[in-house]
Amino acid sequence: MNKDLRRERDSASFNPELLTHLLDGGAERTRRRREIEALVLNNPDFQHEDLNFLSRSQRYEEAIRKSALMVVKLREYGIADPDEIYWFKRTCQGCFVEPLGLHFSMFTNTLQNQCTVAQQDKWLPLTYGLQIIGTYAQTEMGHGTHLRGLETTATYDPATQEFILNSPTVTSIKWWPGGLGKTSNHAIVLAQLYTQGQCKGLHAFIVPIRQLGTHDPLPGITVGDIGPKFGYDEMDNGYLKMDNFRIPRDNMLMKYAKVEPDGTYVKPLSDKLTYGTMVFIRSHIVGDSARSLSRACTIAIRYSSVRHQSELKPGEPEPQILDYQTQQYKLFPLLATAYAFHFVGAYMKQTYHRITGDINQGDLSELPELHALTAGLKAFTSWTANAGIEECRMACGGHGYSRCSGLPDIYVTFTPSCTYEGENTVMMLQTARFLIKSYTQVSSGQLVSGMVSYLNDLSGQHIQPQQVAARPTTVHINDPASLVEAYKLRASRLVEAAAKNLQAELNRRKSQEDAWNRTSVDLVRASEAHCHYVVVKLFTTQLSEINDAAVHAVMNNLCLLYALYGISKHTGDFLQAGILTDAQVTQVYQRVKELLAAIRPNAVALVDAFDFHDNHLGSVLGRYDGNIYENMFEWAKKSPLNKTEVHESFHKHLKPMQSKL
Amino acid sequence: MAATAKGFQQSQMAQWNRSGYFRSSGSRDVNPDLEAERQTASFSVERLTTILDGGADNTRTRRAVEAVIHSDPGFSRENQYFQSQNERYEEAVRKAVLLKEKMHQMGWTEDGPETKYCYRALGGDLAFNVHRVFKNSILALGTDEQIAKWIPLADEYHIIGTYAQTELGHGTFLRGLETTAVFDISTQEFTLNTPKISAMKWWPGDMGRSATHAVVFAQLYIKGKCYGLHAFILQIRSLRDHSPAPGVIVGDIGPKMNFEHIDNGYLMLQNINIPRENMLSRFSQVLPDGTYVKRGSDQINYLTMIVTRVQMLWNEVIPMLLKACTIAIRYSAVRRQSKLNPGDPEAKILEYQTQQQKLLPLLATAYAFHFMNAYVNEFYNKGYTEIKQGNFDSLPELHALTSGLKAIITDYCTGGAEVCLRACGGHGYSALSGLPFLYTKLPASCTYEGENTVLFLQTARFLVKCLATVHSGQPIPPSAAYLSSVDSGKCQAWTKMDFLKPDIYAEAYRHRATRLLGNAATKLQTLVQSGAEQYEAWNKCTVQLVQAAKAHCYYIVVKNFIDTVEKLRNEAEIQKIVKHLCDLFALHGIFSNTGDFLHDGYMSGDQMDMVTASYLDLLAVIRNDAVPLVDAFDFTDENLNSALGSYDGHVYQRLYEWAQKSPTNQQVSQAYASYLKPLFQSALSKL
Repeated sequence: MNKDLRRERDSASFNPELLTHLLDGGAERTRRRREIEALVLNNPDFQHEDLNFLSRSQRYEEAIRKSALMVVKLREYGIADPDEIYWFKRTCQGCFVEPLGLHFSMFTNTLQNQCTVAQQDKWLPLTYGLQIIGTYAQTEMGHGTHLRGLETTATYDPATQEFILNSPTVTSIKWWPGGLGKTSNHAIVLAQLYTQGQCKGLHAFIVPIRQLGTHDPLPGITVGDIGPKFGYDEMDNGYLKMDNFRIPRDNMLMKYAKVEPDGTYVKPLSDKLTYGTMVFIRSHIVGDSARSLSRACTIAIRYSSVRHQSELKPGEPEPQILDYQTQQYKLFPLLATAYAFHFVGAYMKQTYHRITGDINQGDLSELPELHALTAGLKAFTSWTANAGIEECRMACGGHGYSRCSGLPDIYVTFTPSCTYEGENTVMMLQTARFLIKSYTQVSSGQLVSGMVSYLNDLSGQHIQPQQVAARPTTVHINDPASLVEAYKLRASRLVEAAAKNLQAELNRRKSQEDAWNRTSVDLVRASEAHCHYVVVKLFTTQLSEINDAAVHAVMNNLCLLYALYGISKHTGDFLQAGILTDAQVTQVYQRVKELLAAIRPNAVALVDAFDFHDNHLGSVLGRYDGNIYENMFEWAKKSPLNKTEVHESFHKHLKPMQSKL
Repeated sequence: MAATAKGFQQSQMAQWNRSGYFRSSGSRDVNPDLEAERQTASFSVERLTTILDGGADNTRTRRAVEAVIHSDPGFSRENQYFQSQNERYEEAVRKAVLLKEKMHQMGWTEDGPETKYCYRALGGDLAFNVHRVFKNSILALGTDEQIAKWIPLADEYHIIGTYAQTELGHGTFLRGLETTAVFDISTQEFTLNTPKISAMKWWPGDMGRSATHAVVFAQLYIKGKCYGLHAFILQIRSLRDHSPAPGVIVGDIGPKMNFEHIDNGYLMLQNINIPRENMLSRFSQVLPDGTYVKRGSDQINYLTMIVTRVQMLWNEVIPMLLKACTIAIRYSAVRRQSKLNPGDPEAKILEYQTQQQKLLPLLATAYAFHFMNAYVNEFYNKGYTEIKQGNFDSLPELHALTSGLKAIITDYCTGGAEVCLRACGGHGYSALSGLPFLYTKLPASCTYEGENTVLFLQTARFLVKCLATVHSGQPIPPSAAYLSSVDSGKCQAWTKMDFLKPDIYAEAYRHRATRLLGNAATKLQTLVQSGAEQYEAWNKCTVQLVQAAKAHCYYIVVKNFIDTVEKLRNEAEIQKIVKHLCDLFALHGIFSNTGDFLHDGYMSGDQMDMVTASYLDLLAVIRNDAVPLVDAFDFTDENLNSALGSYDGHVYQRLYEWAQKSPTNQQVSQAYASYLKPLFQSALSKL
């Protein structure tokens, strides 16, 4: 092992294994996770060349090979628990994606949730056995977020008892669904249902798109890959165009809405139930934000311990770059954020399971808040993690830019989550809508509960706008609980400000929508402040659940750093609302720098605790043993440009040029 | 020339129409949503273009060059996004060779005005960029004899050179480089070695596959004594069959986030002997008997570094932000999403305040940075003249100014391109939007030619010195002269309209810069006085010092933007819109960093609310000219190479047609036959 890394590990003040248990949710789960990871890591069939050396087509093929193998092995090992399946899969994939991803998630889930019993009997066995592979085709080239704007039509023909599917315009071509381009032979297509001459809105249909046996597109179907993207090279995101393509009436998913043989439309009972899947996927993104940022931090912090650069003290050897304050300032707040998001992810997952229990018993009361909270937190965490991964990459200097660092892959794989499953700005505005609704409730004398209950404190204050600002400043900057209060005050101040600006626009007789648009910058700020408060609160809550004193001490520092760094980046909000004084803000800046120095000795142990196996991390710079330079050289030798000692372009272009000039 | 250009444009159009790929700006068939944006422009786009180009002559030359390049199918970039690393490298070599021929044929010279326009037309995707650095380093560091020997060979491409400085384990800190060159008196040769793996040269462009020669930096040893870093010319590949020279291990460092067209390389040297004449000896020489002679000042080298930095900003970095803005803003005027008013059709996403907030401040930033060019050039030319006369007084300032600007500009351009990408929703992630290409290329600029944090700290070091000069009452370099001015300590604005007065916001920025620098310097002094060593105190203040340097640079940019607006006094319409951009740039900076301005009570909470109100008002005003403002950058569709950003706005059609050309749709993949078919067989009987 590299001597610098060994020294870092020896000098840690706590046992990282205990922290790993905390992150996994118990020692037993850590053991089981490692056991499952070993099944993949020890199987040579899952090994392959670094995908960065392959073309897109080769990467796609490799991904399909692994997906097929994965399914076989999962069955062979009898792994059925969702968490365990997830551990197995993510170890297989590293930080890449699989073309069958949507088959396992959206396609299967939608069949499970929206099929009648008869439909389930027909489709689910084929789906589970991968005898058909499906995708979920919702987004169109010209339409994303606004579902009502989708243009694909499904027109019922009672004469033949079929739906006729059409993509009437270029903008209506289905665009982006993963696995659609080359892999899937079926798709769940969302289309505007027309029956008896009337549009009944968006419904889901199961549509065969490729011929079983030959895999050729069916007549009336145009399907293909949408071309190269920012990452996702091994995914065949696809397009789908349908021209008078007919499917039987039975292929409409009819658990809720129905079309009778004669074309009579039967309305669904409730539409809130479809929220469930969305909430689940978005809360999953929160966890993914934590994991992706953790990986990036692991790489950057280990590399910063191994890399030496310049001189701090004249005459001394070059110091580890982690000793520079500017480097610590880049990386440690991100490390704290990774931990914070991890706890938020765990909370979301737990809450989701608790609330789905309630929903199954018919209690939908907590659903709106959960829906609003997941939307905002999805946006908040994915934006932050996204920027954080880039910061980690930049902190690795030139080598971070090489694919061998693994950081470009982590980034390009993670970054689309700012857009998919709900564009982040739109998500923030959904949360804002809930906040404004809660504020209005409070203003009219009702109490609100849950994470927004702090708005109750504003009750009656809408006639005395100065009161929040006039609050005595009692924030103790070394007490996490007190910092939670400070964030709470900031959130309530910004929610109130946005609500008032919205009202002012409405008073100028703007339409509701216009007024909303003219306030949306304020509304997004309010949502961000709310989410930030939730994260600080959940991190702080977590501290009380840590029993080991040494772990507690280091986590307490990280929690403080997270909260104080956040304040230092938004001092204006805290100053303007009178939550902190000038002098306190100066102290916050100072305290942040002290915390950097306090965390420094434990930095490597803190990333070791994330417990990423080298294969899973996929980074030469982030290797556990720190033997970076020799392995960079080994990696580079495999570059496609090095396949021959003299590149063919020498013979084709250079030599002729030299003779011509 | 103009007539020729027109001829070219026509043939170009004919070709576009045949291929159905790109259509020119002259095409009549424009998406009505985009057409409507252009109808209501408040100013003459053509006039603004000529101002941005620095005169109508430049615009003419640029368009003529673009017409020549675009009309040659050999320069097409249509397949760029589909190519593998190998293919992109080969394309870059092929195009570099083709460009040589084209320039020769057109009578354009390398130092003529056309060169940079060629580069612009091709989006920089050419091999042999470092070849020029190789030549410049010989011109700067070589003796007249050395120049006479090597430069003609390089000019004729009989040799291709690279510049090998950075090592695997060492970048910024030059004294830390480990490659050695030991002088042997008996043979009159230097022996070059890579003593360990971290000393391997790593990253130099054109080195991995193309270069035959390299300027290599190594620690010079004579009779066991180290004389520090010197430059040596050595041959790394055979001129006959291009194979590596004996003792040389050279290759490509592998795939990167972008720049795949460049063969960044590694180089390992094992006892390579080169003659004494191969040490570049303008400033220091080793005599046959091993005597080391130093002559003259090599400070002039800094000037080379500064020129490289400056050229990179305006030829490479800033244009990428301009392109990203063009793509994102045009697309936002075509894309419709959700409804603003019930009953209306879906609104252009450019109507949404949140979208305006993402893109319009960036547009203002693009203008702000573009306008810095004239300012920096003026500084540079003045400094250059003085330095030529042996007066190096202005060098520290020039160095500090260009370092800080390089850091702030590359930071903001990189961040900006990402915002543009994300502002285009899902389609931004498609390589065919052109945005992933711009975004992945830009961040490299935050590291090469000086890592940004290191550069900010160099600017800070200069500013701390200036501040000491202020206290001692001596004259201060012009770019930092403001440090000696005194302000009232309170912002003098009373209404939101006051924040549209340049004096008001300029003073706010000046106040912030002065305060942050003052705080950092005081802290530094306190630490030293309390017994900390200088180096330790410095490290403990670096976070603050970086903030101070950023505030300084921001002030310089705001100030220059204000001056630019003033100079446009004979262009009423243009001055008006540029003034709006200047206001937006300044207020957005305050809005995004409210704490900095509230902190010591310089602004009140009420004033901050006024800033916000004025800022949001400006978004709505600039929105109306957003498309004309990006049109004025005058990028051809080939420049942009984007399905979303083309002039005619036929976004969806282009995206669909282009995607079909993807190799994934053209080639047969084995994935189905090998892995999927066996799975699907059993469904045949059930469906």
